[in-house]
Amino acid sequence: MTELMDSPIANSQQSTETVASLTAITKRYSNGVVALDNLSLQLHRGQIVALLGPNGAGKSTAVRLLMGLSSPTSGDARIFGADPRNTAARLHTGVMLQVGRAPEMLRVREHIAIFRGYYPHPMPYADLIKAAGLEGLEGRMFGQLSGGQKQRVFFALALAGDPDLIFLDEPTVGLDIEARRLMWAQIRSLAARGKTVLLTTHYLEEADALAHRIIVINKGKVVCEGTPAEVKSLGAGFSGDAAAGSAIKIIRCATTLTAEHLLKMPSVSRVESDGELTVIISAQAESTLREMLALDQNLHSLEVQSPALEDAFLALTKNS
Amino acid sequence: MSTAALTLPNDRPSILGIFLREVRYEFVRALRTKAYSLSVMGFPVVFYIFFGIILNRGEHHDGMTVAKDMLAGYAVFGAIGASLFGIGVGLAGDLSAGWLELKRASPMPPLAYLLAKCCTAMGFATIIVTLLTVIGIAFGGVHITLLEYAKIVSLVVIGSIPFACMGLLLALLAPFNSAPGIANMIYLPMSFLGGLWLPIDLLPNVLQKFAPVLPTYHLRQLMIGVFGASTAGRTSTHWLALFGFTAVMLVCAGYAFRRREQNS
Repeated sequence: MTELMDSPIANSQQSTETVASLTAITKRYSNGVVALDNLSLQLHRGQIVALLGPNGAGKSTAVRLLMGLSSPTSGDARIFGADPRNTAARLHTGVMLQVGRAPEMLRVREHIAIFRGYYPHPMPYADLIKAAGLEGLEGRMFGQLSGGQKQRVFFALALAGDPDLIFLDEPTVGLDIEARRLMWAQIRSLAARGKTVLLTTHYLEEADALAHRIIVINKGKVVCEGTPAEVKSLGAGFSGDAAAGSAIKIIRCATTLTAEHLLKMPSVSRVESDGELTVIISAQAESTLREMLALDQNLHSLEVQSPALEDAFLALTKNS
Repeated sequence: MSTAALTLPNDRPSILGIFLREVRYEFVRALRTKAYSLSVMGFPVVFYIFFGIILNRGEHHDGMTVAKDMLAGYAVFGAIGASLFGIGVGLAGDLSAGWLELKRASPMPPLAYLLAKCCTAMGFATIIVTLLTVIGIAFGGVHITLLEYAKIVSLVVIGSIPFACMGLLLALLAPFNSAPGIANMIYLPMSFLGGLWLPIDLLPNVLQKFAPVLPTYHLRQLMIGVFGASTAGRTSTHWLALFGFTAVMLVCAGYAFRRREQNS
């Protein structure tokens, strides 16, 4: 799988300028738990990167190191070439964390005024209200807002400084579909303006829809890294040429053909039995199917799927 | 690769501006939080009216009217409440909600948050002393010069610092749910035993001996010193005691903070 990690990013619109990096980071907590184990990752300018991993994989530890909230046991964390623990280095970052509540007796407008004040060139107030979808809520006390509205206030606080690097920890939790789409659109427009976004999410759909690059981590290590298409193909058991990755299909059917026979066909990479059905993973599903249908006249219950990111994710984190 | 950093503008907003905004909104927040503002101002005022004025009309104690003597005690009582609950309970709440985490991840100068909380507590202490003084003059026949008033305000403002540090330690050690309870368990006995509710010589002998251990006792001694009462012990001793208490609280808070950091 390592060959993919070195391959150039498929989307050529982003630069390869490194905005933030973790280099050979090990983080061991005082109770002996190793949260990150020699982990390295880089964020490039203008990219949306999704950090995926099961609970306890180390994603929040990685993000906390980049936000300057935590110190590594060994290794180096950098944002804009500086130590993120320096307040000055954070003048160009915006952060959205999973916060239970902000002070409830302050108005939305007041919260935003405080955070805009931390930055030398904050986003204009009206633009910020619009970007976060807070029109008409500015005068409300934070405590009076609904869950989704609160989430949008936190999003506004992250964007308050018009930052170049934005960390979003589970940004769309508690949002309805419409609000989530609105936030996705905002996140995309940030990247389009050359901002770099690091996103953690457990909505795989969200990573798939937003990210230029997905970094899957588990047990403190990077399991794989690539475009959503590349990650999906990896999870489907394919470890060859990345360019062909997006054509990977999962074929399910009831057939009399044996696994040995199927594996001899070109472009079939894996065969598994699932009860009555046989599951075949093929990089060229059309030709595989043509061959199978010719050989087995009684083939039935046929189903062809593109691998979902969720399958890939489960496969990757299970095997590591 | 990472030269991008060097091309970014590194100008910073005014630290003073951030600090003033933080103080202003922290004060507004505290004032709007009725559970805090009403109880912190209400208890000393009600206690003072009851014990200092209604029950002790015209009585004298130690060469001074009881109303004036108790003005000192309840002013200290109010100032401590404002600090201990504002900083102890307030900070514990922000910590448990993850709000402080977000603040720390922002470019806010780290001290701005604590100073805002501290200044807010001092602001409340000033309001409380003023309320008590007005009540004392209006209903308790208290005579107080402008200079004395200025001195006791300064004393409770400076005297808030040791208790603010104690609140800081409390917030770092106590889980949010139990913070108000623990704060009360420290606040009430410390006030009673330090002579803030009743003059100390009305307490049993054993407790009188114990009082000089408490910072509340020393702050009250400094307060009645302003009114010209004979204080037990020298003024410098009281200051030294308060300073020592502050130092102990800060060292412990520093230790608790580092322990927290290592686990984060």
